[in-house]
Amino acid sequence: MTHSENIDSETIYKTDALIAEDIDAYLEAHQHKTMLRFITCGSVDDGKSTLIGRLLYDSKMIFEDQLATLEADSKKVGTQGQEIDFALLVDGLAAEREQGITIDVAYRFFATEKRKFIVADTPGHEQYTRNMVTGASTADLAIILIDARQGILTQTRRHSYLAHLIGIKHLVVAVNKMDLVDYDQAVYDEIIADYAAFAREIGIEAFTPIPISGLAGDNITSKSTHTPWYDGPALVEHLENVEVMATANQAKPLRMTVQWVNRPNLDFRGFSGQIASGTVRPGDEVRVLPSGKTSTVKRIVTMDGDLDEAVAGQSVTLTLAEEIDCSRGDVIAAADAPPQVADQFESTIVWMDEAELLPGRSYWMKIGTQFVSVTVQSPKYQVNVNNMEQLAAKTLELNGIGVAEIATDRPIIFEPYEDNRDLGGFILIDKISNATVAAGMLHFCLRRSQNVHWQDVDIDRAAHALQKRQEPRVVWFTGLSGSGKSTIANMVEKRLHALGKHSFLLDGDNVRHGLNKDLGFTDADRVENIRRIGEVAKLMADAGLIVLTAFISPFRAERQLVRSMLPEDEFIEIFVDTPLSVAEERDVKGLYKKARAGELKNFTGIDSDYEIPENAEMRIDTTKMSPEEAAEIIVDKIVGSWSYTI
Amino acid sequence: MQNSATATPLTHLQRLESEAIHIMREVAAEAENPVMLYSVGKDSAVMLHVAKKAFFPSPPPFPLLHVDTTWKFQEMYRMREKAAKDAGMELLIHQNPEAKERGINPFDHGAVHTDMWKTQGLKQALDHYGFDAAFGGARRDEEKSRAKERIFSFRSANHRWDPKNQRPELWKLYNTQKAKGESIRVFPLSNWTELDIWQYIHLENIDIVPLYFSASRPTVKRDGMLLMVDDERFRFEEGEEAVERSIRFRTLGCYPLTGAVESEATTLPQIIQEMLLTTTSERQGRAIDHDQAASMEKKKQEGYF
Repeated sequence: MTHSENIDSETIYKTDALIAEDIDAYLEAHQHKTMLRFITCGSVDDGKSTLIGRLLYDSKMIFEDQLATLEADSKKVGTQGQEIDFALLVDGLAAEREQGITIDVAYRFFATEKRKFIVADTPGHEQYTRNMVTGASTADLAIILIDARQGILTQTRRHSYLAHLIGIKHLVVAVNKMDLVDYDQAVYDEIIADYAAFAREIGIEAFTPIPISGLAGDNITSKSTHTPWYDGPALVEHLENVEVMATANQAKPLRMTVQWVNRPNLDFRGFSGQIASGTVRPGDEVRVLPSGKTSTVKRIVTMDGDLDEAVAGQSVTLTLAEEIDCSRGDVIAAADAPPQVADQFESTIVWMDEAELLPGRSYWMKIGTQFVSVTVQSPKYQVNVNNMEQLAAKTLELNGIGVAEIATDRPIIFEPYEDNRDLGGFILIDKISNATVAAGMLHFCLRRSQNVHWQDVDIDRAAHALQKRQEPRVVWFTGLSGSGKSTIANMVEKRLHALGKHSFLLDGDNVRHGLNKDLGFTDADRVENIRRIGEVAKLMADAGLIVLTAFISPFRAERQLVRSMLPEDEFIEIFVDTPLSVAEERDVKGLYKKARAGELKNFTGIDSDYEIPENAEMRIDTTKMSPEEAAEIIVDKIVGSWSYTI
Repeated sequence: MQNSATATPLTHLQRLESEAIHIMREVAAEAENPVMLYSVGKDSAVMLHVAKKAFFPSPPPFPLLHVDTTWKFQEMYRMREKAAKDAGMELLIHQNPEAKERGINPFDHGAVHTDMWKTQGLKQALDHYGFDAAFGGARRDEEKSRAKERIFSFRSANHRWDPKNQRPELWKLYNTQKAKGESIRVFPLSNWTELDIWQYIHLENIDIVPLYFSASRPTVKRDGMLLMVDDERFRFEEGEEAVERSIRFRTLGCYPLTGAVESEATTLPQIIQEMLLTTTSERQGRAIDHDQAASMEKKKQEGYF
């Protein structure tokens, strides 16, 4: 064997002695070990399998019979001549071993004094981006292997980009095969300087460089005497000390995705799930999403007795003090800091299937324990993983990575992937083949309105309406300036008032002096003007009022928007139809005159369009009926529609 | 709110347990008709224990299935009944009727014994009950081909495993969608090592078959293997006779195929101590994968668990 014996390996694995002398003490120590998951990335010849084989070998994870098989295999198919080929320890499937290349993600295990490690071994082969992303998705740390003789290669950039993309916070840049460059510091320094420049470019904030030799064992379990110029930690020492993600997640607000509702009998109703972030204690106030209802944690139930506290990473069953609806797919969150709910997002998508992405097609999406239909738009751009260039793209093919907007068929509970992998990472599933076709990461939602969390209230809109003994309505008058909207709306309100109805009139002048005084009369401002009025009208309807609005509201789309905010039948659109010539002739406020004179810009009917309603509930032809007559018909329509219920 | 500096990290066993619980709950929520394969061994004991924790105070919402070869150790049969009863779970037992009729046994039929009783027997049972998801206690550290197997491993309608066509498994998002007739093998203990299993049994005080502990038992040495004479069906070859030795088993299967080790370990810490100081891997005690390095992979493609 060419590898030097690691004199210091006993300091890392000194428990060997303890096993023989005091097994109880050993077990006590082993029991308190933490766990770190990491991924190794490198090209075919960077010595990745050799490094992993070395880590397993040094931690005594290889038994004699395995070693015998290894020695036999090394001679048969090994690449190290008569020497032991550590790579054979980790290259699993028969088909791959014959090709001499790993083609999938394999998981390996070893342990030191402080920690148990799970290594995801992923291939460096060109076409297997999907395998690396898969292996990286559960990793706390990534080791980027660089061959000291080669320096930074295209693959190095690609692996670093992917590790960064998947949100791995701890990057180790291991410059391998230092023995083959005579442990030359200058070679190492140059590679690290190159890497630092590249890392800055793609937004990697920090990384840990280590000069190693997997084959010779330098700076793996202990500091090598061959690199006196290196003053950082040996690889294993570093792996033992970085903070794992699950621990860091404890500091964030509580999120638990509900997997399963536990109902052994009528007296017990528990919500089972794994805590994604934060901590929880009995007595904590929580909010269940998407309903928004709040409750208090009553118990944290386990088979070993109730817990006083549970933290991120633990699988628990919670019971709540109040009986509220909660089922699989819901999220139990800190009451004062709940996650967002939305249905349109910008996301990064890694395509993993032979069949390319079909924009517009409906796929299944699994995110946390939520399962919804989703459509993906054409990517905004695709990323060339070799040089991080953004390219135009209409679709994504196998191993393609792109940024695209996606829309779910119902609102989902989410957090940006950077903040929470459990609520921001998703997979897409083909509805016919059932294959997992993509992995994705949500960045942000596209509809601002969805950022506002729905405050759950006990006195709901039905209660408000019932107290007023009426059904809420939004009666929306639309028509040209001077068509008679305000006049008619005023009369309608007077009659409603006389009938004992609770109403409120929003009109152009009073709203524009307050709520909307920052808005002008451009098309964009008109759209925003109507949107705000719509929201206010909706709130008033929620309060149980009959809301009358008198605005020109020239665009169909905005009137439709307001209609869509309200329950069916609550929105009554009334087109006050007065021909432009008649309105201009009336010109009660003298506005047409000013507009014609060019003193008023963007005046509806003159130099701004009025889109005539196509499906208004009522049309009032003011050339054929008086305002009084119109008001009477409208009141009949409003009150008549529910009078039989009173 | 505490910051991460003061946070308590979970131990590796806590995280492994939590992961296994999460996996079991996903299956319970998404599969139509799940089952837990129960082989009575130490891995099954851990898997069953975790299942009890996952669904407490409910009993696990699926039955246990033992694919029986009729050649297991007598102590295993006793443990099987007790474990199911303690867990409050239904116990299903399947014995391949064809193998029974033809009197297939490990003495006369070698590999055919394993194929008919275990591989064919398992397929029959899954088809008979229409199970679409089956938990198994396999671990990735057991053998090289297992290291690359997914936690959710798909089987075609005729139970074949295609190592080239596995679904990528990201984060903790498991895709359980499948076509009619297809099924999933689920391995919640994938990331556990043999040491983890023993340590967990120790910590959680889990009841295991007494054969794991050393005792004086009647044995025969044959082809380098130490076999136990468990019942009157044992066939002595010429010149053989039962010799009392202090032995225990590192794995359990059909008694005529399972090699014992000479040992004085009568407590769990002593077993763990022996395991850690030993120089042969666990599977060496199983006659099944001695033939060639890639034999396990071949068996799995054919439908062996």
